[in-house]
Amino acid sequence: MNSVPLSAYLVLALILFCIGLYGALTKRNAVIVLISIELMLNAVNINLVAFSKLGTAPSISGQIFTLFTITVAAVEAAVGLAILMSLYNRRKTVNVDEMDQLKH
Amino acid sequence: MMENAWIIPLFPLISFLLLLLLGKRLKESSAYIGIAFTLFSLIFSLLVLGDRFTSPTYKTGAEWLKIGDVRIRAGFEVNQLNALMLVIVSLVSFLVHMYSKGYMQGEKRFSVFYAYLGLFTFAMLGLVISPNLLQLYVFWELVGLGSFLLIGFYFYKEEAKQAAKKAFIMTRIGDVGLFIGMILLFWETGSFEYDAIFKAAHEGNLSEGMITLTAILIFIGAMGKSGQFPLHTWLPDAMEGPTPVSALIHAATMVAAGVYLVASMFPLFSESSTAMLIVAATGAFTAIFAASIGLVQTDIKRVLAYSTVSQLGYMMLALGTAGYVAGVFHLMTHAFFKALLFLAAGSVIHAVHTQNIEEMGGLWKKLRITGPLFLIGTLAISGVPLFSGFFSKDEILVSAWNHGNYFLFLLALIAAFFTAFYMFRLFFLVFAGVPKKEAGNVHESPASMTIPMLVLGVLAIVSGYVNTPWFGTFLGDWLTKGNTYLEHGHGDSPVWIMLAATIVSLAGIILAYLIYSKRTISRDWLGGQGSMLHNILFNKYYADEFYNLSIVRLTGILGVFFSYIDRFIVEGLVSLVTGTVQKLGKMGSRMQTGQVQQYGTIAFFGLAVLLILFALTGGIFE
Repeated sequence: MNSVPLSAYLVLALILFCIGLYGALTKRNAVIVLISIELMLNAVNINLVAFSKLGTAPSISGQIFTLFTITVAAVEAAVGLAILMSLYNRRKTVNVDEMDQLKH
Repeated sequence: MMENAWIIPLFPLISFLLLLLLGKRLKESSAYIGIAFTLFSLIFSLLVLGDRFTSPTYKTGAEWLKIGDVRIRAGFEVNQLNALMLVIVSLVSFLVHMYSKGYMQGEKRFSVFYAYLGLFTFAMLGLVISPNLLQLYVFWELVGLGSFLLIGFYFYKEEAKQAAKKAFIMTRIGDVGLFIGMILLFWETGSFEYDAIFKAAHEGNLSEGMITLTAILIFIGAMGKSGQFPLHTWLPDAMEGPTPVSALIHAATMVAAGVYLVASMFPLFSESSTAMLIVAATGAFTAIFAASIGLVQTDIKRVLAYSTVSQLGYMMLALGTAGYVAGVFHLMTHAFFKALLFLAAGSVIHAVHTQNIEEMGGLWKKLRITGPLFLIGTLAISGVPLFSGFFSKDEILVSAWNHGNYFLFLLALIAAFFTAFYMFRLFFLVFAGVPKKEAGNVHESPASMTIPMLVLGVLAIVSGYVNTPWFGTFLGDWLTKGNTYLEHGHGDSPVWIMLAATIVSLAGIILAYLIYSKRTISRDWLGGQGSMLHNILFNKYYADEFYNLSIVRLTGILGVFFSYIDRFIVEGLVSLVTGTVQKLGKMGSRMQTGQVQQYGTIAFFGLAVLLILFALTGGIFE
């Protein structure tokens, strides 16, 4: 039953995180950037769950933490998309490159 | 009365401040304020002098500064010399204030002129009652400032501007000497007080060399202020100022400050024969040097200016040959007759509107008051018997003779001949002969100008009688009484010296009469205009040219050199620093693009680098 080792989960999470990071740092479209951030969050979730089942001190709190994270991530996505919507209404663009008003 | 002497300098200061505040509104009536306040000063000075005859020296003071163990005091002192100087300064200043009312009439900055006069009088009176060198130095500089303002009063004239600058800078050169001497004395004795310094010098607490050095340094300060060679060139140029100023500053008071300084430091000087010799030699040389220049000058005020330089040389010669009384005596008589001469010259200029004596002539009949008064001044300065200058000059000659320096005595005698000659040359050219110009509107000056001259005229005659070999040496006895460091040079005064002085001055007068009035001797018998001798004298031995070519040029080159150092090295370093900082800042600001993703990348790589470092060094798990 317990044939999948911990390292496999961790590598999966690492790959997922790197893909997310790459997307967040390079993609021009703000929607894709948000999706990439979700990927990174979920990579963390996998880590939490994996450690809660297979870590040195297994405990249920890791899984509960994951539930919280998923909730918070959903809220974050909702707020982020709302900001993006109003920004699009004003500027008619979702290109991250053009969003540098805070510099001034 | 003497304990209230501190109030004397304050009167002109009040006048100065009042005129600064109210001058614009008072206009020409500001003269009354100036006159009134200097009159108060004069009255108080006379009372103080009267008191000093009967009571001993009064000295008081309070602690001014305390630095560690060093205590510096401030206060005032009334001794014989101070009391005498107070009267001379406040009297001449009062008369000049009165005279200026007429002379400066119609001047736009009338009240400013009176304000400056007040400031200057304050400084000079403060200088003479200072009981220590530091306080004296403060007022010494204030006197310099006052003269700068007054010489440059017509600042819209280029010459006046230059003259004011020159006077200030030349006297500053001397002041540096005084300053160093003062600091050295303080270093050696731990006090600025005259008494302490004299005591240390007298008891041998100072080394021989140190006494000589400090005395010479102090004398350099006196040279600057009193126009002694080689720092004399500013004094004739200072004639660009209004004539009453010339009378006040460049005859009676400011230039006397140098002589006063040497006189009040006399006990120090008398401890060093080298310093005394330098003072005497400088004085004698200046006396004959300036007198020879005075022979050919054509500007009435310049002739008087060179005679001032020459007479100041006389005073230095007297002090340098241990003739303390003679020096102070001549200082007093000179103050009166030279102020008289300047005021009379001002009256002449006022009447004919030119300063060139070649354009004057025949004024004797036109100026019925100025003429005789000018003659009195001329007789007094030439040392004609029965006038004040005769007695004081005789005293100086005796002192030079008794001191045993016959060469200096001879120089002084020749200078006396020159003095009589050029003063009467001036007198004959201005007052005798026929008028050279269309002089229909020549008129005598108003009473406010003639009354001060009358007072000075009387003093120019009688002031000599306070110290004569005939009626007793009252002044000399009084000046030296109770002063442990001074001895009255009661040496015998040979009658032949008096005779020689009389003959010499009469010879000068007769020669001047024959050349300039009778014209039996050609004016060009010793070298006319254009001859080498005339050129050298007329151009003042090229002293100005020499200074311009040597010191001024050198300083200019040095200045250019330093300005290049400043521009390229100092400013280069500064702009290097600012440039680097600016470049760094630009680089930092260029990184702030506002691109979130760029920030994210940088943050990520920064974190990665930190983690790698952590891993390599073992991190916190070690």
